[in-house]
Amino acid sequence: MQYIFFAYLSVAIIGLSIFIITRKNPVHSVLGMLFMFIHVGALYLFLNAEFLAAVQVIVYAGAILVLFLFAIMILNIKEELQTELFIGSWVMAIPVVMGLLIMLFLGLRAVKAGYTGLHNIDYIKTMTHTKAFGKELFANYLLPFEVISVILLVAIVGAIVLAKRRLR
Amino acid sequence: MRYYALIPFLPLLGFLINIIFGRGLLKHRAHWISVPVVGLSMVLGLMTVREVISGNVINEDLYSWVISGDFKVSVGFLIDQLTAVMLVVVTVVSFLVHVYSIGYMHGDPGFYRFFAYLNLFTFSMLMLIMSNNFLQLYFGWEAVGLCSYLLIGYWYQKKSASDAGKKAFIVNRFGDFGFGLGVILIFLTFGTLHYAPVFGSVSSIAGKTVVLFGYEIDLITLIALLLFCGAIGKSAQIPLHVWLPDAMEGPTPVSALIHAATMVTAGVFMVARCNPIFNLSEIALTVVAVTGAVTALFAATIGLVQNDIKRIIAYSTISQLGYMFLACGVGAYGAGIFHLYTHAFFKALLFLGAGSVMHAMAGELDIWKMGGLKNKMRITYVTMLLASLSISGIPGFAGFFSKDEILYQTYLKGDLGKVLWLMGTVTALLTAFYSFRIISVAFHGRFRGSHPEEHHLHESPPVMTIPLVLLAIGAVAAGWVGIPPLIGEAIGLHGAWFYEFLSPVVGHPSEEGSHSVELMVMTLSIIAGIAGIILAFYLYRGDAERAKALLKRPFLKKIHTVLWNKYYVDEFYHLIVVRPALWTARTVIEAVTDIGIIEAIVNGVPKTIGRFSERLRAIQTGLVNHYAIFMVGAMFFILAFILMVK
Amino acid sequence: MIELRWYIWLSLIVFTIGMLGFLTRRNLIIIFMSVELMLNAVNINLVAMSHYMQDMRGQMLTLFVIAVAAAEAAIGLAILIALFRTKAAGHVDEVTELRG
Repeated sequence: MQYIFFAYLSVAIIGLSIFIITRKNPVHSVLGMLFMFIHVGALYLFLNAEFLAAVQVIVYAGAILVLFLFAIMILNIKEELQTELFIGSWVMAIPVVMGLLIMLFLGLRAVKAGYTGLHNIDYIKTMTHTKAFGKELFANYLLPFEVISVILLVAIVGAIVLAKRRLR
Repeated sequence: MRYYALIPFLPLLGFLINIIFGRGLLKHRAHWISVPVVGLSMVLGLMTVREVISGNVINEDLYSWVISGDFKVSVGFLIDQLTAVMLVVVTVVSFLVHVYSIGYMHGDPGFYRFFAYLNLFTFSMLMLIMSNNFLQLYFGWEAVGLCSYLLIGYWYQKKSASDAGKKAFIVNRFGDFGFGLGVILIFLTFGTLHYAPVFGSVSSIAGKTVVLFGYEIDLITLIALLLFCGAIGKSAQIPLHVWLPDAMEGPTPVSALIHAATMVTAGVFMVARCNPIFNLSEIALTVVAVTGAVTALFAATIGLVQNDIKRIIAYSTISQLGYMFLACGVGAYGAGIFHLYTHAFFKALLFLGAGSVMHAMAGELDIWKMGGLKNKMRITYVTMLLASLSISGIPGFAGFFSKDEILYQTYLKGDLGKVLWLMGTVTALLTAFYSFRIISVAFHGRFRGSHPEEHHLHESPPVMTIPLVLLAIGAVAAGWVGIPPLIGEAIGLHGAWFYEFLSPVVGHPSEEGSHSVELMVMTLSIIAGIAGIILAFYLYRGDAERAKALLKRPFLKKIHTVLWNKYYVDEFYHLIVVRPALWTARTVIEAVTDIGIIEAIVNGVPKTIGRFSERLRAIQTGLVNHYAIFMVGAMFFILAFILMVK
Repeated sequence: MIELRWYIWLSLIVFTIGMLGFLTRRNLIIIFMSVELMLNAVNINLVAMSHYMQDMRGQMLTLFVIAVAAAEAAIGLAILIALFRTKAAGHVDEVTELRG
């Protein structure tokens, strides 16, 4: 059963990824991305990470994609459909990326989960994932959490400054 | 109790303020900063001197300057009796010259620059005299040289001024090279550069020798002679005296401060400071004494015939510096420093007086175009007269006490001493002669210039005459702290206070003489001085017909030509130093090194880079994707490398 | 039992597709999406590692990556809008000022 699930999810994610980068119409790409994010969320559920699955759907699918859609609104889709899809020298990218893929593959070939920590499946089951996650986050990762919030604040301010109309 | 550290750093502050804000903000108000800081530093200096007189010698490190292995040097101050004397000279003369410059430099376009340099000079000189180690001494030594260069070439638009600046700098290089070697040798020998340990252990290396170019040389003598090289350059002794007369191209206050009272005496100060080293080497002392005596006579003879008022005084300075070295060379450091101290007052006064005359004469320097100035410029005349009496060694004036002590101590120094004493006494006569030649030609008789010039004559403003008067008081009274015991007893004063004061640093002269000898020496030098004055007035009365008549005689005419051309020393140097240097510059350096090597490198490197960049800029498309592709490619290689290493 | 490396391979493939998109597409919005794709690939890897190692650290990092991705998308799209407004450009090859 799990094999079927995994196979379906992998094929869907890979297929949607290819779909995203090959569409002429950016709106199609965004829709493809929406489905891909949901599938990735499902994969997280599969990996016992319910909270992250929820975050994935809410933040990515809910917030980031909406931003993309807003950005697409200002594009001229009709004109977009007429123009070149790829940059002039796109052929150059393929051997380079393939080379990197091979290298990464060779490098990660032998990876094994050698180390086992506290958070085994039983622990998460008794605690519930969100509680276990929250305990870890606010006990050991409090400072990074604060830093992240500052980064988000900076992003808010920065986005407003960049996007606002210049007052003349 | 560390206010003494402010003494040098206040002028430095003044320099920084002036150099930063001078051009924009201060302009013709530059003296508002410069003069008060130097004044404050003078007050602090005099307070420190009082401290020293009451017996506190300060020797303290303020700041570790260089620490490198065994090589440790700090910025530190040693304020002992010797430094105290120098402090009085430097701060007082510097302050008076600053005040004088307000009037003298008024309206000059580089007003702020002038004051900035003067401040910087005061700072450097104070660092030099207050140092407690050789490296800081060397720093001050070079820094005053720099200021001297900047100030001689102050009117850099004038070619003669910038040439004179360069000449001073280059000639000093010869001396400073030796001085630098001496400092290095001291470090190699003693492992430290601080005065106290060096002077403390100097006797332990007496008699040691080093082999140099196959000759065995006494180590102490070598160090002493190398140090003396620096003194020769800085204090303009034979054979490196040629820069000082040319240095008169600088503004007159500069000549008074740097080239009469302070910087040129640094050599004497240094020799006196290093007296433990010099005392151990009979040869070095003899060299110092002979150099001093020869220079004194040599420069005085040149001074006899010059017409440029500042040059006469400049040769006089060289001659008086020779006296100081003569004193150091016979072991009478106290007398040398005493002469330095009195000389600072009357020589600065002579220069400032000359400056006052120039001010009235629109920059005229030739004494034959002056004349009869005594009625028009009363204060200048009287002060100049006092200074001339002082330098001529007339009893009661400052110069008499110091010069007399030097001649007396020289006379006591064996057979060689007698010869040197004779040269010194002749020099005293010549000194009186050329000093009163100026007085007689420039101030007496009738005015020789044109009528409008005569109409323009005026006494200088008070800001210039007040320093003259104050210096005149010094030129008369400064010597009263060192009255010889012979006279002291006669008038019921305790004499020789100055020598007692300095004795912890420089010790006492070794020879003891009798009163009768002293009386004889004194009488002869007084006679020489008075004879010189009378001769000058006799020959140069009226339109100097008697002097002109003398020049008709062929023999005297020849001597005059030689003297007028300063013994052809400049021509000689031109032949053996300047011409070969220029020849080398043109044929070797310009043709081979410059064009062949340096320009080939300088032009070749950018050409090669240009050729590469022509190719490389093809990949600089400005397209972000391309840059990212290179990034990914680089990641590929890095990964491949890591995997391969594994 | 699904092995860890399967997840890794999946993540590698998605990462490569994202990179290809980033390197070859002209449209700036698609390029941003490709960046998001790559980040997702990394996230998959992190969560899988976390699961197999029975340690929460990977999931913590994932959370932070998502947060940073949100910030990055906001800024990136703001820049995009500024670019549209000032240069009327939506494609990378229309913005080549870097060539100097």
